[in-house]
Amino acid sequence: MKQGITVFRAIVLTLGFAFLYIPIASLIVYSFNESRLVTVWGGFSTKWYGALFRNEQILNAAWLSIKVAVLSATLAVVLGTLAGMVLARFGPFKGRTLLSGLTTAPLVMPEVITGLSLLLLFVTMEQLIGWPAGRGMTTIVISHITFTMAFVTVVVQSRLSQMDDSLEEAAMDLGARPHKVFFLITLPIIFPALLSGWLLAFTLSLDDLVITSFVAGPGSSTLPMVIFSKVRLGVSPDINALATILVVIVAIGALVAGIFTARQKKIRDRDAQMALAANQQMIESLKKG
Amino acid sequence: MSTSPRAAQQKFEPWKDPEAKPYVRIEKITKQFGDFLAVDDVSLDIYKKEIFCLLGASGCGKTTLLRMLAGFERPTSGRIYIDGVDMTSIPPYERPVNMMFQSYAVFPHMTVEQNVAFGLKQEGLPRTEIAKRVVDMLDLVKLGQFAKRKPHQLSGGQRQRVALARSLVKKPKLLLLDEPLAALDKKLREHTQFELINIQETLGVTFIVVTHDQEEAMTLSSRIGLMNHGEIIQVGTPSEMYEYPASRFAAEFIGSVNMFEGRLIEDEPSYVRIECDDLEVPIYVDHGISSSPGATVWAAIRPEKIMMSREKPQQADNWASAIVQDIAYMGDMSIYLLRLDSGKVVRITQPNTYRHADDRITWDERVHLSWHPESPVVVTK
Ligand SMILES: Nc1ncnc2c1ncn2[C@@H]1O[C@H](COP(=O)(O)OP(=O)(O)O)[C@@H](O)[C@H]1O
Ligand SMILES: [Mg+2]
Repeated sequence: MKQGITVFRAIVLTLGFAFLYIPIASLIVYSFNESRLVTVWGGFSTKWYGALFRNEQILNAAWLSIKVAVLSATLAVVLGTLAGMVLARFGPFKGRTLLSGLTTAPLVMPEVITGLSLLLLFVTMEQLIGWPAGRGMTTIVISHITFTMAFVTVVVQSRLSQMDDSLEEAAMDLGARPHKVFFLITLPIIFPALLSGWLLAFTLSLDDLVITSFVAGPGSSTLPMVIFSKVRLGVSPDINALATILVVIVAIGALVAGIFTARQKKIRDRDAQMALAANQQMIESLKKG
Repeated sequence: MSTSPRAAQQKFEPWKDPEAKPYVRIEKITKQFGDFLAVDDVSLDIYKKEIFCLLGASGCGKTTLLRMLAGFERPTSGRIYIDGVDMTSIPPYERPVNMMFQSYAVFPHMTVEQNVAFGLKQEGLPRTEIAKRVVDMLDLVKLGQFAKRKPHQLSGGQRQRVALARSLVKKPKLLLLDEPLAALDKKLREHTQFELINIQETLGVTFIVVTHDQEEAMTLSSRIGLMNHGEIIQVGTPSEMYEYPASRFAAEFIGSVNMFEGRLIEDEPSYVRIECDDLEVPIYVDHGISSSPGATVWAAIRPEKIMMSREKPQQADNWASAIVQDIAYMGDMSIYLLRLDSGKVVRITQPNTYRHADDRITWDERVHLSWHPESPVVVTK
């Protein structure tokens, strides 16, 4: 019986991992394929990586994507923090439900609709006030802020609602004016949430295709748009190389995050020990005194 | 029952002095949350160097009252004066008042030292003065060796001291403490109570302490303000509250008590007699009360003021016969639960003066209870 369960477990595990990782593994393997045909192995080669780094179109798109992601993630964190702060701290003011609905709508709205409505907005604005002139990086950044801000708001709001309100009150009680309370107490305490909000926004912006396709103009193709248009003409090996590089970057990111978390846990354990020892010390000194 | 060490040490009774000016004046303060009345028309005068305890069950509005003193809640109506200045609409960061929060609210991202220095930095004091005052204060609360630690490396008791040091270092006119000891274990709590009194006397700060623990209130305070449903029920020194409760609620909230419901059958200026359904003979009290004959009243008798013997007492009033239902040995004393013939259970305490008392009264014995005519407190509500 027990044997049976173990075998079953092993099979399920293997199948699960195979399902998740075989596509990625084959992608990596074929990125080193000599042959131009993606499905025929022609020997080991790194020539597609070379080709990739000579491909102006892909390099430009990657650079644009990174610029857009950094810019929109940063602005989304600023705006999302403001919105999260207002929602978590300002009580039941008039229009709270409306604000809450508006900031989180992009989470549930189909991307095509968000993209289309933003496009219509930009066209109308251009006709009425002449800005933004044409579609390009500006419109992409604005659109990315719109939908990534929703995620940041949710992260910040939930972190703030976990935070003990009396920390901010205590700071005010000790003589800090509200803006100082925010910069000296609230911001440092929620900083990890802001960091993870930024990373989330960065990743979402980096791989968005649908909304971007609506609001991008000629000459402002992001990396996902270039990959998608190339793949429509058939998978070429240099795309495999590009994907492999992305996988490696993501894997390194995950690894660093993992090591960081493990170190944090170690520090926490040590601190708990210290608190315990401190308690013991105090009880001893009470017994003596 | 513990008594206040302050009361024993010296006569400190500014509230009896008609010349004395109150330091904190709370004038007809009401706070409503929507339809809910959290604090109901409270007026209090608190004097310099007092430890004033707001005592009451959870949810009776103690914290709300304290938060209005600190400036975190605006009163719906009424005014607050501190040292003669109207504070009602002054924001918290401009009040000469500091508060110690129930959760302690120690800043988690700062060391002990930085926590204590925070308030002084907001005042813009020179760095050397801040450093000196922080060191002195940490020594006072015995945290000197922990100055560089972060809060999560401290025990609960130490965090409480950080919170205390952080508020006291600002030299406030008034310190508000919300359940300062509730999160500590019993041993530490007792010790910390006395330390809190010492620190308060050393620095001469006025304390207002919120607590739901009547023993803590008795130990700490110069006076107690007993609260119920947002109202102040009675104000008095710990011994006044214990010996002269003004209502059934006050008698039952502070210490334990045996409550006999009865009718006033004789109502003279110098004595009263009360007939109770639970007792065969009337209760005789050697002072008059302000009520009319036939009125329903309650006689409250504390457990330690009832005597117990095997022999029937000689007197005509103030006794009862009962059977020992239960005995709890507490070390310094024993608690007896005695069942009257009416079925009512009376609680009495007896000191364990002798180590080996062979003929101690034991389970199921028939005994007689009696008390002095001055012992019952008669209340009409
Ligand atoms: N901000 C608030 N909004 C609504 N009700 C509140 C608020 N603060 C306190 N209350 C209510 O007021 C009552 C008194 O609360 P509180 O002063 O905290 O009591 P205590 O400190 O005596 O336990 C409680 O019933 C509580 O639910
Ligand atoms: Mg409370």
